[in-house]
Amino acid sequence: MADITQLKDIASQVRRDIIRQTYYSNSGHPGGSLGCADFFTALYFKVLRRHPHFDMTGKGEDMFFLSNGHISPVWYSVLARAGYFPIEELATFRQLHSRLQGHPATHEGLPGIRIASGSLGQGISVAIGAALAKKLNGDPHLVYALTGDGELQEGQIWEAAMFAAHHKVDNLIVTVDWNGQQIDGPNDEVISLGNLPAKWEAFGWEVLHTPGNDMASLLHTLQHAGELTGKGRPVVVLMRTEMGFGVDFMTGSHKWHGVAPNKEQAIQALAQLPETLGDYPGPGEI
Amino acid sequence: MLDQLINTGSKATRDGFGAGLYEIGKLNPEVVALCADLVGSLKMEAFIKDFPERFFQVGIAEANMMGIAAGLATSGKIPYTGTFANFSTGRVYDQLRQSIAYSDKNVKVCASHAGLTLGEDGATHQILEDIGMIKMLPGFAVICPCDYNQTKAATMAIAEHYGPVYLRFGRPNWPVFTPENQRFEIGKAQVLSTGADISLIATGHMVWQAVEAARALAAEGISCEVINVHTIKPLDEETILDSVSKTKCVVSAEEHQRNGGLGESIAGLLARRLPLPIEFVAVNDSFGESGKPMELLDKYGLGVPDVIAAVKRALQRKS
Repeated sequence: MADITQLKDIASQVRRDIIRQTYYSNSGHPGGSLGCADFFTALYFKVLRRHPHFDMTGKGEDMFFLSNGHISPVWYSVLARAGYFPIEELATFRQLHSRLQGHPATHEGLPGIRIASGSLGQGISVAIGAALAKKLNGDPHLVYALTGDGELQEGQIWEAAMFAAHHKVDNLIVTVDWNGQQIDGPNDEVISLGNLPAKWEAFGWEVLHTPGNDMASLLHTLQHAGELTGKGRPVVVLMRTEMGFGVDFMTGSHKWHGVAPNKEQAIQALAQLPETLGDYPGPGEI
Repeated sequence: MLDQLINTGSKATRDGFGAGLYEIGKLNPEVVALCADLVGSLKMEAFIKDFPERFFQVGIAEANMMGIAAGLATSGKIPYTGTFANFSTGRVYDQLRQSIAYSDKNVKVCASHAGLTLGEDGATHQILEDIGMIKMLPGFAVICPCDYNQTKAATMAIAEHYGPVYLRFGRPNWPVFTPENQRFEIGKAQVLSTGADISLIATGHMVWQAVEAARALAAEGISCEVINVHTIKPLDEETILDSVSKTKCVVSAEEHQRNGGLGESIAGLLARRLPLPIEFVAVNDSFGESGKPMELLDKYGLGVPDVIAAVKRALQRKS
């Protein structure tokens, strides 16, 4: 198990992978990916009790579902760095014949992916299904899911929230990437989420708060979330991140939600992110 | 052979689903069921009574139901979702597409109250577009059995087939004329009655209408080959082509829009492999309305006289 220094090093490398994937494919979503780099690193290198090799059914291990599939670059990077597929494969992101589709998919058989996501609002429902199966199977492991915050505008999210509380799906931990931004601007300008903690509480969930770009706090909260499972209520972690975190000119703005850096911007971004584990071989010079 | 196709007593195809679900629940412990507040309409009570831990009441939240089913399937369960056909398809198309079809999940979408024969509830609930929507989704099988016995058998058979399935059935009592406990073969069309003059190819409730039309036509000296295409996708192309090679013309019959339906699939096959005349018995680009099932079939051109008229049009075009 990695310590905090090691986790921060991994997260830095993951951020480099995000910048390089989006630069080389000239597409993708760097903003939310950078903001969630610490969460994914903590999850896969500390929190999840997982088999080293991928098993679609997730029997006997914790499972993770990504609902906001557009932040695929961070997931791909972490999956590769965690050993699910070769790191070199990151160079195929969004290219023809790749297993690393623009949005995550099972269709090409990429290890680590259990459901396609991209069209928003569906991931919590899927995670609930997996959690119910664990209960039927007598499997004590947990199911995790991540959603965006703008995604909470989808109605299916609240169908799922109501179901999970009613049916006491207490082996489920949903994290909300609460960066306050979505494609068209801040949540509060597009469609305000209102009092988000009160909403989840009213739906019958345990509600935790955490900064999402502070590794120690994040680990502490996720551990606490795990301790709250098995008590009759689903758990939601409202995770405050900054979109674009780790790259100064990308931080805190919706403008980098779905825009790839150009060469000059990519070089500038990488200069702020120490190479810790070694870059994957890219097709160009950066 | 037409003589052997007799109504042994009318029952609803949805009752066949309920009976089949219960039987497969007994046989296969991985089968689970979900329902969106329509347990009674879908006849799921027997399954729920004996397997309460394997049943999930989702409430009026069909999108969530499809997502949960996808998650259960990911973990190796075989989920059967139950709601009306309208809410099983159009309302949740994106969930079916992304979380189930594209993700290759072994989910059985079981859809009752399809078509005009839903009756009095009217056009909001009488979906006539579902076959078309679902047959366009890569990997989905589309099955529409013709009576109680066949729906029961199909409900059990789909558990043995890996992959997403759309199982379509209906509300009204309807003649039961296929044998009890006949094995259901997904993708295998059934020649119910051999004939020389025309291939009369139907699905669902319209198979009985086709049988009745064939009887009337036989009295006029017209010999119909009646084929039950209970699996619209994958389509049994060889059985259809074998028949049409002999008869040289086709009538299709279905409780669905002409656009996107069984007839369209057959027409596409004929255009590619054996271009010969086809006439369609289907709803022609309109919504239904409230009424009794048989009244509605007559008004929207799906009555036995409409099948007979379509056969005569096709025969005229053949020469």
